[in-house]
Amino acid sequence: MLTAVGFASVYIARQDVISTASLTYAGFFFLLYLAAHLVARYTVPFADPYLLPIAGLLAAVGLTEIYRLQPDDAFKQGIWIVVAVGLFALTLFQLRYDYRRLESYKYIFGLTAIALLLLPILPLIGLTVNGARLWVHFGALRFQPGELAKIALIIFLAGYMREKREVLAQGRLKDWGPLLVIWAFAMLVLLETRDLGGGLLYFGIFLAMLYVATSRLAYVAAGLGLFLVGAVGVWKVTPHVQERVTIWLHPWTGSKVYCPLSGQLELRQNCQSFQLVKSLYSIGHGGYAGTGLGKGTVSTIDGHPLIPGATTDFIYSVLSQELGLVGAAALVLVYMIFVLRGMRTALLAQDGFSKLLAAGLTFGFALQTFIIVGGILRLIPLTGITLPFVSYGGSSVVANFVLLAGLLLVSNRANREALR
Amino acid sequence: MNKQVSHVGVAALVLLAALIVGTTYWQTWANAGLADRQDNEIRLVAQFTIKRGKIYAADGRTLLATNVKKKVAGQTLYFRRYPTGPLFADVVGYSTQSRNRSGLEQSYNDFLTGSNANLDTVVRSTLDKLRGSTVTGNDLVLTIRPGLQALSRRLLQGKCGAVVALEPSTGRVLAMATNPTYNPNLIERHFGQATRTTAPCGAPLLNRATAGKYQPGSTFKMVTASAALDTGRFTPDSPFYDPGYCIEYGKRVRNAGNPEAPETFFNLNLTTAFEHSVNSVFCNIGKTLGAGTVLSYADRYGFYSVPPLETPENERVASGLYDHGRLFVPKHPNTQVDPGRLAFGQERLQVTPLQMAMVAATIANHGVEMRPQLIERIVSPGGHTITHLQPHRLAQPIKRQTADELTRMMELAVEGGTGTEARITGIRVAGKTGTAETGRANINTTWFAAFAPADDPKIAIAVVVENQVNGFGGSVAAPIARQVMEALLR
Repeated sequence: MLTAVGFASVYIARQDVISTASLTYAGFFFLLYLAAHLVARYTVPFADPYLLPIAGLLAAVGLTEIYRLQPDDAFKQGIWIVVAVGLFALTLFQLRYDYRRLESYKYIFGLTAIALLLLPILPLIGLTVNGARLWVHFGALRFQPGELAKIALIIFLAGYMREKREVLAQGRLKDWGPLLVIWAFAMLVLLETRDLGGGLLYFGIFLAMLYVATSRLAYVAAGLGLFLVGAVGVWKVTPHVQERVTIWLHPWTGSKVYCPLSGQLELRQNCQSFQLVKSLYSIGHGGYAGTGLGKGTVSTIDGHPLIPGATTDFIYSVLSQELGLVGAAALVLVYMIFVLRGMRTALLAQDGFSKLLAAGLTFGFALQTFIIVGGILRLIPLTGITLPFVSYGGSSVVANFVLLAGLLLVSNRANREALR
Repeated sequence: MNKQVSHVGVAALVLLAALIVGTTYWQTWANAGLADRQDNEIRLVAQFTIKRGKIYAADGRTLLATNVKKKVAGQTLYFRRYPTGPLFADVVGYSTQSRNRSGLEQSYNDFLTGSNANLDTVVRSTLDKLRGSTVTGNDLVLTIRPGLQALSRRLLQGKCGAVVALEPSTGRVLAMATNPTYNPNLIERHFGQATRTTAPCGAPLLNRATAGKYQPGSTFKMVTASAALDTGRFTPDSPFYDPGYCIEYGKRVRNAGNPEAPETFFNLNLTTAFEHSVNSVFCNIGKTLGAGTVLSYADRYGFYSVPPLETPENERVASGLYDHGRLFVPKHPNTQVDPGRLAFGQERLQVTPLQMAMVAATIANHGVEMRPQLIERIVSPGGHTITHLQPHRLAQPIKRQTADELTRMMELAVEGGTGTEARITGIRVAGKTGTAETGRANINTTWFAAFAPADDPKIAIAVVVENQVNGFGGSVAAPIARQVMEALLR
């Protein structure tokens, strides 16, 4: 049902630019969704019935908006969605009997996560985009390994914490080891890749899972404290992070300040906070009802894009302009439904690994959404990260479909056992 | 563990709910502030998504301003085109991205963009916005006759000056042409080319008809004569003696013509003095009445205030005495102002062609001055008229009898005086010439103010032509006025 709404939105939005190409897109996407649905029916028949349609809806909204902004990117995104659905199907097929055997490979996953995270730091294949070193590239192919590392990390944490939860809960000094190691690691990642959002995301997931595993709020408090201390420390020594905070607190300046991008004195809104400010204008222009899909203002009169990166990190600002408060709130509500169903899965799951896995995956999903949209809305400093399922970006779409497969697997098992 | 999972779930939902709150803040509380930001280009672009109303000449067919549609990044934008090019530029103005707006495009922006407060328009624009369809503005139909406008401009070709023609009984502007002018289609991308001119003077963007300040010369005698007759101090038959000069501050102020042997009329009456534009007579009238009285009549005609018109206020200027570029309001006119020179249109007088056309139109309309108006009606995209021109009485500067006496005097000036070049066979024309010295040898500003037919005026006109070498109002400006009046009346 929800996906039908997704299609309606794709279809209606194309009304003014209707062409065989756009209809082909819609038809193609529908077939792809049907394939994903059939795979899920076959492999995980008891799985939660909401998760896949929601993902389909979000992906459809994203594809529509990307098509509206950059038709060429929509084609590439389409291909990535095919790859993602392929990996989704592969995951479901491989693990359809019992995904819990992943638990025995937890250290491999942990190492994989670290390896993936460190990839962008390597010379030759590492790539710095917008001041953050998050990318690897092989020729023309770009990939953000951090997206997949997130899932590997959650699997590792779920396995590790399931095994050590009693010991961890006792809180002896030697058991703080892993916490400190992970904390230091998150900070290291943050420092090395200059990615505040990634650090926050990994550490947030870690704390949430630790809390589920140990039920010790003190750990969360201590962890948050450490994160703050660490963040302040990093802020003090890293100009890149300082800049992000300045942009967050004072995006507009009344007089000209030094602009590191041009080396001259300029208003900050014309320099570092250009993107953030243009994005806020875009959101503000939406008002209650929005301009309507495809009818928003996304470029200047000369046709230059108004917000750089509108299809990736800033897709939410375009969506909230075109859909207005009503549509943007509905979109966030859809994310909330996904989170609710994810958490329900965690609640229904019988064993600790499944619970931790589902809770971790779901919380990671929610936190990522919060970090990017919160950054756009100036709730927190802005850090470049994709909006799950909606943003343009191959690694993001692939990782999120794998995440979805994970949740479906857990949910399938939980519901099946509940029925028994 | 389930309790902890629920807690984490709630935490996740709280984070997401915060996003809804954040979005609400920017889209409701903060959005007006965002929209007002200087660097917010969305607002600028949004103006181009509106299909501005068209502007038509008085015939309702000649299109003066229309839109061309362009797709920019999936968005339909409308850009202005002016099919008549420079012909109506000074009145219609332009609406562009880089230079904002001028003319009616500026002052009637609300109507043209459908954001005026008329109930009909408000309902329609809101519906358009809700439906997501293009907002279409209201059309303007002007009072200007396209044929008359084209003729006026053609007659000014190669000269610098302006023509303003009014309908005396209603104040309708029938023509308002200036030269040099500019091509509004080029303003956006070829500003340099748009303002390049072959005319022997600069300032092509200036609407000389409403903002050009010129010495009125003898056309101001219409005002002096108004004061003379209306105060009852003189009649058309009041006798004068003209020795070829008048004495002011102990010195001779000579009549026009060769300074060694100026025109001299000896015994004559006021009518003849007006007919032949005899400076010494008006000089003496000025001395008798005093500068204060003459200026108060100028005031009654609307001098010293910016004449009303639909164009932006900064495109119009007031007529009156100017001192160092600023309007000069004498506190003690009888000591601060030279009454004799004032009376025949010198001193520091600066007037606009529009103001002089208004003086002529007032005399034509039996002393009642009508508000000049450019907009005949405003029509909604659905084709029904939102507002219609209502003739508006501005003032009555002179009595009906004064106006009729002046009419007679002006008729004689065309029949056998200085304005014979304005004669039209079969039609009684009333007019007054003006030739103002510029201070440079033999270079004059030439004027003609007139109306016709004298017994039932349909058109009042003021023509000014700048910098004419050995040119006079009667020889340069009067023929232009004649051709324009003739075109309308025949």
